[in-house]
Amino acid sequence: MFRYILRRLAWAIPTLLIVTFLVYLALRIGTDPVASYKRVNPRATRAKVQQYIDVNGLDPNFVKGYLTWLRNFVTGDWAPSIKGRREVWPALKDAMANTLRLGTAATVVGIFFGLIAGVFAALRPGGKRDVFINTSAFVGISIPPFISAILLQLLFAVYWQRWFGESLFPTSGVYPPGHSGFDLPLMIRYMVLPTIVVAIQIIATYSRYMRSSLLDVLNSDYMRTARSKGISERRVLVKHGMRNALIPVVTIAALDVGSIVGGLIITENIFSYPGMGLYFLKSFGEGDFPLLMPWMVVIVASVLLFNLIADISYAWLDPRIRLE
Amino acid sequence: MMGEKVMQIRDLHVTFDTPSGPLEAVRGVDLEVEAGELLGVVGESGSGKSVTFLATMGLLPTRAHVTGSVVLEGEQLIGASAKKMRDVRGRLLSMIFQDPLSALNPVHRIGDQISEMLHSHQSLTRRESEKRAIELLDIVGIPQPADRARQYPHEFSGGMRQRVVIAIAIANNPKVLIADEPTTALDVTVQAQILEVIERVQERFGTAVVLITHDLGVIARVADRVNVMYAGRNVEHGTIHSLFDHPSHPYTRGLLASLPRAGKQRLKPITGFPPNMLQPPSGCAFHPRCEFAADVCRGAMPELRQIDDLQSACVRAKELPRAESFV
Amino acid sequence: MSDVTLQLSPRQMAFRRFVSHKAAVASCGVILALSLFVILAPLTARYGVNQSVQAPPNSFLSPRGNAWLGTDDIGRDLYSRLIFGIRVSLLIGLASALISVTLGSLIGAVAGFRGGKFDDVMMRVTDLFLAFPFLVTLLVVRNVLGAVPWLKPLTGEMNSVRFIIVLFGIFGWMGVARIVRGQVLSLKEREFVEAARAVGASRRYIISRHLLPNSVGPIMVALTFSVVGAIIGESTLAFFGYGPQAGDGATSLGILVGAAKGAVQTGFWWLAVFPCFALIVIALSINFIGDALRDATDPRLDRGA
Repeated sequence: MFRYILRRLAWAIPTLLIVTFLVYLALRIGTDPVASYKRVNPRATRAKVQQYIDVNGLDPNFVKGYLTWLRNFVTGDWAPSIKGRREVWPALKDAMANTLRLGTAATVVGIFFGLIAGVFAALRPGGKRDVFINTSAFVGISIPPFISAILLQLLFAVYWQRWFGESLFPTSGVYPPGHSGFDLPLMIRYMVLPTIVVAIQIIATYSRYMRSSLLDVLNSDYMRTARSKGISERRVLVKHGMRNALIPVVTIAALDVGSIVGGLIITENIFSYPGMGLYFLKSFGEGDFPLLMPWMVVIVASVLLFNLIADISYAWLDPRIRLE
Repeated sequence: MMGEKVMQIRDLHVTFDTPSGPLEAVRGVDLEVEAGELLGVVGESGSGKSVTFLATMGLLPTRAHVTGSVVLEGEQLIGASAKKMRDVRGRLLSMIFQDPLSALNPVHRIGDQISEMLHSHQSLTRRESEKRAIELLDIVGIPQPADRARQYPHEFSGGMRQRVVIAIAIANNPKVLIADEPTTALDVTVQAQILEVIERVQERFGTAVVLITHDLGVIARVADRVNVMYAGRNVEHGTIHSLFDHPSHPYTRGLLASLPRAGKQRLKPITGFPPNMLQPPSGCAFHPRCEFAADVCRGAMPELRQIDDLQSACVRAKELPRAESFV
Repeated sequence: MSDVTLQLSPRQMAFRRFVSHKAAVASCGVILALSLFVILAPLTARYGVNQSVQAPPNSFLSPRGNAWLGTDDIGRDLYSRLIFGIRVSLLIGLASALISVTLGSLIGAVAGFRGGKFDDVMMRVTDLFLAFPFLVTLLVVRNVLGAVPWLKPLTGEMNSVRFIIVLFGIFGWMGVARIVRGQVLSLKEREFVEAARAVGASRRYIISRHLLPNSVGPIMVALTFSVVGAIIGESTLAFFGYGPQAGDGATSLGILVGAAKGAVQTGFWWLAVFPCFALIVIALSINFIGDALRDATDPRLDRGA
């Protein structure tokens, strides 16, 4: 098991390098960082522009440029943002913390309810409960996050305020403007709507995964063997059904990190929630290369990290994988 | 000991709700299992042989309606509470399934899967159950049982897995062991070994074994008595010797004639197709395929009757020419 | 095994299964009706795309007699704009899905059939793309596509509908390739393919005669999901201001939904509710159809009865 993890880790590093190189290429071609710099700083001297090129690794030769960028990145020599020469790390750190909070809340809520709904649906396939859950899940995956965000805002903020005098949940930020310090109840109130928006997607997808996976398992021979032992139905389901049903769900979960982060980006933007999504859309819109590259590295690394976690839990759940 | 009846099935009916209407898979089966015997149940697929015994185990899906009577050790199983059935399953009555590759849970260790069976009906310490599990693996002929108990199913071959399934089934020393096509999915050489294991268990623990199969060759090797099933009914019943020596029912004759034998030039298959159970033929369900069919066969559904030392459901049994002996 | 099912060809059985999915049949009706409605836009719409319903003051009128679904900031009829918007969105969905399904089927079939290095690299690339946040990849690919000068004749201007179609066409092939590859991998081991190989049939012949025709089910399913993906993708892009531009009198569901962003805080609910509702109905209907197609063409579901 330990060697398995090591081998996976050894794989992750070259992958990270290759992917960041591809991202570097795409950003160089797609956003033209030098032009963006000149646009934002129209009066920058030639020397300033050259300094910007040097420190960001924007050499006309892509490979050479990437290596320069990589060296500066690894040694912590990060270029400041093109606008106002802001330090990148503090901004990135705050964005990460905020997104992690929202993402964790939404994922926990989403996976919890998603799995439960899936199990309930699978226990009586074709029954009323199954039809209800399945149809709801379909509606859920058919509503893109920005739509549910708009509709929720309209209902709970704008119209609630019109009808009852004050809005039920705030619609933007983490705290009201001017607030300082930590206030958990207030923060939770601010997080309710964005969490729901992201969680709807997760619940809808995972209830369907869980349902089909558990249905496959329930029809399998070893479930009959387990029943023929005379153990309780509950034990049959939990001890023999669940673990097997979770194996495919876990594999899919790794591939899904991207879509969850995608939902987060959209949601954060609509709720002006100061996380990774807002950070990305702002810096992408301005072509702010020094802000964008570290963000991309964080995203690539977390995609790889979640893949690794999924691989490990997969191996832990399924003994057939371990010995390969 | 022999001759004492441990399980009696009376007038068992099983009906499934299907999208195309009710399907009666078992249509009034009577059958007895005697203590310590090896009873063979033969029939083609769809004859209701597996369904009959899944019904006795209470393992049919909920869309199946079961009526009739199954008495095991003096207790009625049909209509018994789920709790009662759980107590019976694995303790008095246990079952081996056709496909050993999928019958074991891939994510649990072999030893744990056996221990689970022990714990469900006996109070044992962890150590005791582990020791007993290793013993059981040894009994079914698995070498290095202590090491193997810690392994997972995918580390076992098909034959070895079937041995494990048998070990699980006999863990609580049941009165009746139902083996549903236990050798069908296995290689011929492995088949023989598995049959040996089953016979050994039967002799050593005095367990009555019901061997469900479509293969008369398997029956001929191990069974004491045979029940032949067709279209959800028992059509013939007798000792292995009398049935192979002078089969009375045309279906049994057909089955025997289709067996490959030394010195025989050509196999004689039964013509026609198994009946559509949504609309089974009237009277004797075999009459559309029977070379001896007469008007009387299309009338009432025939019951089992004593014909010499056999019980046969053929109304014309006495009129038919004596069949070739297969002894 | 009843006699009735014995007489049906696989296609007939698939059709039966499809029809038994009631939501999908209803969805077909919805999509057909909607298509007819928007194709006949000159008849069904009450005003032109950029036409005001009345002389000013005409902005942000709530739903009323001369503007059934209300008007937008410059007094245009939302009902008529919705019809034109759905027309463009359906076109984007269908056209880009056709491109991505063609690309994806070919790449997936070749990858699955040849296996080896090509397959490894292909699948690793698609894995990566699929694992990456959708919107990020989309925006980056969009910019790269727009920055490559020699693609201009194909893609047109970055804010044109054509560009969006090409973008989703190129973007969507990965999901399709994955599905087709899986299907080809399992077909490859079947007897009839082995037989064709044994008699010396060429690769191209086997792929075009055996593998692709037998993958029609999964490809159809992929097609429907690609259509939804492109429609939702377009509206997402437009929502964030990266979609097609409203010039030339054109509009799309995305542009309409994007305009709703501002309407929320001010409480002009109709500007948000109607376009959002239209998008949900379209996405839901196509998803239902895709689900029914999957049920209908997946032979694994033949159990039961």
